[in-house]
Amino acid sequence: MILFWLIVVLLAGGVLAWLVARTNPLLCRWISLAAISLDFVLVLGLGVRNFKASGIQVSVTGTNNWFEQVDWSWIPQFGIHFHLAMDGLSLLLVLLTMFLGIASVLASWTEITTGVGFFHFNLLWILAGITGVFLALDLFLFYFAWELMQVPMYFLIAIWGHERRIYAAVKFFLFTQLSGLLMLIAILALYFAHYRGTGVYTFEYADLLHTTLDPHTALWIMLGFFIAFAVKLPMVPFHTWLADAHTQAPTAGSIILAGLLLKTGAYGLIRSVVPLFPGAAREFAPVAMTLAVVGILYGAILAFGQTDLKRLVAYTSISHLGFVLLGVFAANALALQGALMTMICHGISTGALFIVVGAMQQRMHTRQIDAMGGLWATIPRLSGAALFFALASLGLPGLGDFIGEFLVLMGTYQVNIAMAAVAAVGVLTATFYALRFVQRAFQGPNSQEWHLPDLVVREGLLLGVMMALLLWLGLYPQPVFRLFAQAANQFPAIWR
Amino acid sequence: MTASDLLALLPLLLVAATSVIVMLAAAVHRSHAVALVLTLAGLAGAFFSVFFGHLRQVTALLVIDSYALFFMGLIVAASFMVALLAYGYLAEREGNREEFYILILVATFGAMVLAASTHFVSFFLGLEILSVALYALISYLHGRALPVEAGIKYLVLAAASAAFLLFGMALIYADLGTMDFARMAQLLDSRVAVNPALLLPGVILIFTGIGFKLALVPFHMWTPDVYEGAPAPVTAFVATVSKGGMFALLLRYFHRSGAQSFASVFLVLSIIAVASMFAGNLLALLQNNVKRILAYSSIAHMGYLLVAFQIGGPLGGGAAAFYLVAYFVMTLGAFGVVTLLSERRRDADLLDDYRGLFWRRPALALVFTAMLLSLAGIPLTAGFLGKFYIVAAGASAGAWALILILVTTSAIGLFYYLRIVVVLYQQPAASDRDHEPIPLRAPAAALVLAVLTVILVWLGVYPSRC
Repeated sequence: MILFWLIVVLLAGGVLAWLVARTNPLLCRWISLAAISLDFVLVLGLGVRNFKASGIQVSVTGTNNWFEQVDWSWIPQFGIHFHLAMDGLSLLLVLLTMFLGIASVLASWTEITTGVGFFHFNLLWILAGITGVFLALDLFLFYFAWELMQVPMYFLIAIWGHERRIYAAVKFFLFTQLSGLLMLIAILALYFAHYRGTGVYTFEYADLLHTTLDPHTALWIMLGFFIAFAVKLPMVPFHTWLADAHTQAPTAGSIILAGLLLKTGAYGLIRSVVPLFPGAAREFAPVAMTLAVVGILYGAILAFGQTDLKRLVAYTSISHLGFVLLGVFAANALALQGALMTMICHGISTGALFIVVGAMQQRMHTRQIDAMGGLWATIPRLSGAALFFALASLGLPGLGDFIGEFLVLMGTYQVNIAMAAVAAVGVLTATFYALRFVQRAFQGPNSQEWHLPDLVVREGLLLGVMMALLLWLGLYPQPVFRLFAQAANQFPAIWR
Repeated sequence: MTASDLLALLPLLLVAATSVIVMLAAAVHRSHAVALVLTLAGLAGAFFSVFFGHLRQVTALLVIDSYALFFMGLIVAASFMVALLAYGYLAEREGNREEFYILILVATFGAMVLAASTHFVSFFLGLEILSVALYALISYLHGRALPVEAGIKYLVLAAASAAFLLFGMALIYADLGTMDFARMAQLLDSRVAVNPALLLPGVILIFTGIGFKLALVPFHMWTPDVYEGAPAPVTAFVATVSKGGMFALLLRYFHRSGAQSFASVFLVLSIIAVASMFAGNLLALLQNNVKRILAYSSIAHMGYLLVAFQIGGPLGGGAAAFYLVAYFVMTLGAFGVVTLLSERRRDADLLDDYRGLFWRRPALALVFTAMLLSLAGIPLTAGFLGKFYIVAAGASAGAWALILILVTTSAIGLFYYLRIVVVLYQQPAASDRDHEPIPLRAPAAALVLAVLTVILVWLGVYPSRC
């Protein structure tokens, strides 16, 4: 029941925020903040309670580790259920969702001044969609939530974005919509394949796990899912929407895109593609891993060449999510642990980088790296934060991102040494783009004579919390690993 | 004809009587408001009488079954909405207004007859009652160039297609010796004395007449011109009531008479469905006029409906009925917004009329967005579930080619719907008059739009009670 309320709080909060905004924009911001925080506390409470009681595990392997569920009949003619459930994986990702949701509201506190109500409405509805994706156990509901996040995101980019917002928004929408349609057909194909095998109409995840498919059909259906998730991830031939969408979106939009929307793709790979079609996934793994390695290098090289700060950060995402894809398809416990860790840490560190860049743009009205230089002299706290998150992004040991990528590399090494070696070069190139960003923007002489206000308390606190989280995950990742231990250990088995 | 026959025909009789009453009232004293109120009362009465319908065959011509009652309810409800939309629209325009409602009632009556007919005679009578009223409705603003042009185009083409239809009926009658749908099915089943050389051309010619009304490719040429030229509320009427009545007849005629069991007929209908989906969606990309975009999009939507019809069976039939309801809601909603935004001199049909609408009239822009997203098939709306039903029905019947084309073409459709949505949210230039909010001129129409939006979302989220 509580899972249902998580979503209702966001939906209702969005409507309420919109209604009050006309008379009181500030109240609208507080309502949004309160709604997301309430959800955050609820999820945290749920996690702590179950962690103490019995320990929390992950249900990737089809074992029943859901510690919280709601299951109502929704459209009985088609066997569609409103089925939400939470395990360790969804718990962490929903926590991340709420955390970055709070961050987005705070980051747009002074940035968004027109259409405040509709902005927060969209923001909360996107979060509701993402939460639905992370919790849905009925594939129809999953698709429904998957689509629910697109439209408000489209508005977020198209209305409050930067110079080329319309182009970016349309591109984003078409890419995700087309890939979503592919997934819908794949879901239906699976649904009817299951019906022909068993005579039961169901979209239920647990039932569909045991569908027997001939390998050829399984490969096609798997590809339908895979492409939808690969577009979101984004994997290399499908990545072109990402740079435009991230760059043109307002700060809150960029945080959510990079921190959460990309994770829904990774989540889909782990939750759906591999467990539903283990045979086909195994067959496909070499292709996916090759594309992942290409993405790691290609994203890093493109990031190095950017002069627009937001675009730079956007391209680093392609590189980092390449590690996630590599980790999932390396098919062993270490790599999977690494992929999950990368998902969480990338969400925090890239979200933070977008907050930093957004704060700079709000102050300087430019994102061009050429127009900057020597900023450390005028905004030391902001510059320090930027340095910290750039280091996290390049994989400095001691910070969370390092743990994730290191484990992925270790896991990949066991499977394919060449790929691990090439991917390691990607870590190296990350050093170049991250340090170039810091050097060109913050160090050297302040030739443009910038005099800017430094971080305010709201921004400082937010970035401080994010730093602490990354440090914690980097120095003591054990709690997260314990969550995934069982699933990670069983993960290699389902591939056989 | 007995009393219970008359009771069964109550919805039809109420609508017919209302048209006479409005005419008499207008003869005694012309009053726009009175005409509207009488019309609404008659339509509401007919709508409620649908729920207490007596199921029976009334003469050889008409059958009142739950299927006919469903379509009658839908048609009457749509006419009710159109009448409300038209009130504010007509009030601002020149000429007499009361006759509009008489014509609407007559056309509604014709569409209802189509939905209930089981015989060629009632089929043709219903069609002509509908068509003749539509000629006048389309060119109702007869002092203006565009409506008259559209009316004449529609008149010439509709008359020609009716001639084809009659000839087709004659061929079938010559072959089977009956004009009753059920009897035809018996004869076809027994395969005695069936001469395909007469029968198949007959079926195809009849489909020419049906395809014209539904605006299926290749009988769609009139659609963009008539949609553009007709007054916006009439366009809504043509797009919903006229097509809905004809679609009801198509479902009944082909399922009852078993004509679809011929492989060649099935193939021809499949080709027409595919051509409609492609032509509608691709041609809409080239348009800059909102009414024309919606016209081409309606061609595509009829193609989707034909896919559901082709799939057949309980799933296909259910999908078609649901999709038709969704189509009614979103089409009425979209043309309702066009109606509400139209200025006295001309209808709001250029993309420029919608630029930055969100910043001037956010509620209206959101309604239009919801309708367009529904037409595009985005979740949370009725349009999505409608498409989902069709795709699911198609997948269960193994009609992969048809549903793949449906999905592909509706993806093409996204482009032009998004084009309109994008324009709605563009920031207006700081200087121009667009900043001034437009006063709400037609509260009744606004109410209709609110109701339609609620239905749209309700059907899209919680359809199981329908």
